[in-house]
Amino acid sequence: MIRKPNIEDVKGIGYYLGKIIIGLGLTMVIPIIIGVAFKEINPTLDFIISIEITLLFGLLLTRLCFTEKDLNWMQGMIIASLSWIAATLFGALPLYLSGHWNSFLDACFDAMSGFATTGLALVENLDHLSYAHNLWRHLIMFIGGQGIVIVALSFFVKGFSGAFKMYVGEARDERVLPNVIDTARFIWLVSIVYLILGTLALGIVGILNGMKTINAFFHGACVFMAAFDTGGFAPQSQNILYYHSLPYEIVTIMIMLLGAINFKLHYHIWMGNRREVFKNIETITLFMTIMLTFAITAVGLVKLGTYPQAVALFRKGFYQLVSGHTGTGYMTIYARQFINEWGDLALVGIIIAMGLGGSVCSTTGAIKMLRIGIIFKALIEDLKKIILPEHAAVVQKFHHIKEIFLEDKQVRAALFITLAYLVLYGFGAIVGMFFGYPFLHALFESTSAAANVGLSCGITNTTMPAALKFTYIFQMWAGRLEFMSVFTLAGFMAAAIKGK
Amino acid sequence: MKKLFNLKGVVLNIILLCTLHFTQYSAFAQPISSDELINNAKLFDGKSVIYIGEVVGDIMIRGEYAWINVLDGKNAIGIWAGKDLIKGIAYTGSYKFKGDVVEVSGVFHRACLQHGGDLDIHAQSLTKIIAGRPTQEMPNFKKGNTVILLLGALVLIWILTLLKRR
Repeated sequence: MIRKPNIEDVKGIGYYLGKIIIGLGLTMVIPIIIGVAFKEINPTLDFIISIEITLLFGLLLTRLCFTEKDLNWMQGMIIASLSWIAATLFGALPLYLSGHWNSFLDACFDAMSGFATTGLALVENLDHLSYAHNLWRHLIMFIGGQGIVIVALSFFVKGFSGAFKMYVGEARDERVLPNVIDTARFIWLVSIVYLILGTLALGIVGILNGMKTINAFFHGACVFMAAFDTGGFAPQSQNILYYHSLPYEIVTIMIMLLGAINFKLHYHIWMGNRREVFKNIETITLFMTIMLTFAITAVGLVKLGTYPQAVALFRKGFYQLVSGHTGTGYMTIYARQFINEWGDLALVGIIIAMGLGGSVCSTTGAIKMLRIGIIFKALIEDLKKIILPEHAAVVQKFHHIKEIFLEDKQVRAALFITLAYLVLYGFGAIVGMFFGYPFLHALFESTSAAANVGLSCGITNTTMPAALKFTYIFQMWAGRLEFMSVFTLAGFMAAAIKGK
Repeated sequence: MKKLFNLKGVVLNIILLCTLHFTQYSAFAQPISSDELINNAKLFDGKSVIYIGEVVGDIMIRGEYAWINVLDGKNAIGIWAGKDLIKGIAYTGSYKFKGDVVEVSGVFHRACLQHGGDLDIHAQSLTKIIAGRPTQEMPNFKKGNTVILLLGALVLIWILTLLKRR
């Protein structure tokens, strides 16, 4: 028998959701400061209106649902999933008010794309967008990349055991440090240190590229936030092509790869354990899959003679590949060039790379390297069992911070999530095909949305059907949360209707 | 009879090819949109084209040349131009400025070998056809009123919360 959720369940969810909404609202102070600094009157008003509405809702929720009870697993999961929907709705407010998005749905699309660190965009006339709004687009990637719940855990929630339940609900199943709040703070520390270094590096390269100093550092900060959080938004409509610069591309490749690494691994590198990089199953799998998918892409491009020079093959082929594999979505080509010039084989290479993703407990989406590594190890184990004599004991191990014996439950969990992602990629492709797009193009865009990548072959634009926009929004949300909290929310809603 | 049909087909094909050939060249003499250039990049590759649009973002000087990005309303395309060609550009498009609209005549590259495979135009001439200007930002009073109204509501809830606590 399914238990119908009671008022205490709703209050617990509402109270902590309210806190997260307040936390999110307070982050809007940053674009307000930028708006004031750059004397942008109307954009500043957009953010003041948005912060007021967000704080109003947050305050009302915390007051109406006030509770001192701790959270259970179901509530934690539901808060995680609902907080992303709330963030999308409230985060879209300033975007919509700017007039650069055709509808509130389009603004929500970009807000979800930002928070989920996807990078697909429906913004109009981006090259004339204010500094305040442009910063917000990138800031939501930074917030979403660390995790909306992480923001709340770091600054607004004073240690409680329910914190871990929300943390897990946000697709972070690994704790860097024993305490989840310390883990959240460490994630912020890493991100802030890299933000300063990355902004400096990109700012200096920007100045050397001939950009104005203020723009070089503003772009540097924005591009860093979107690259490290494997987002993919850029301040200009040409994305990274705007800079026409090999050094800029090299720095962004390095930042994208840093963003695709497990925060736990970052911790060990910071603690001086640099050898872990060469032993860890995730980094080894990431290296192997990058090489493999690049080989497929390169063969496809060379066969068609798309880029008849090694440098061009690197700057276009390898860049797009790393961008897709790390789930960033930065582009140095135009979206239609994928369709017109790349050919099916190169597209398949990119689709596979996008579908695989980066490390667990990083800012990337998709299936992720630990799961791919585990599935591969399980396959090896099964092959050994077939080849070796029946009485031989076959034991498989893998290295992930420490030596771990491969168990069936790990393999089952990895296969379950992998299967869920494959279904999600396929679902979006079917919807795309329903609206008349060819299979490969529909699969490309669907994988990009569900794996939170952001590379586009041109399907994503303001004129695409609203149903397809909703589909991609759903895919970005479910893909970012890695399904469990989404399933829990669906179960909660079913219980509310059918439960006793 | 069969031969006659074949002959007709050949003549028709020649007429069609000639038409395509000449319309193609006449099109190159006309301004070409970014969509056309991107969607037919192989066709225009290495050809002289005319492209019109607003200069947006930074003018990035690289030695004796510079990169500018020109937006025709749909897409921005990178223009590689000599420093002397871009001297006349006074405004580039951003939130506070409407950039100069320029007509660029130059060679289009689908995957420029000089620039790591970029889709770009190497400018041979560049003419400013509409001067840019700072855009006047008029404060939106509706938004101002909404700010005050919402602030009132927020303060009210805050006070009610404080009263409830007491």
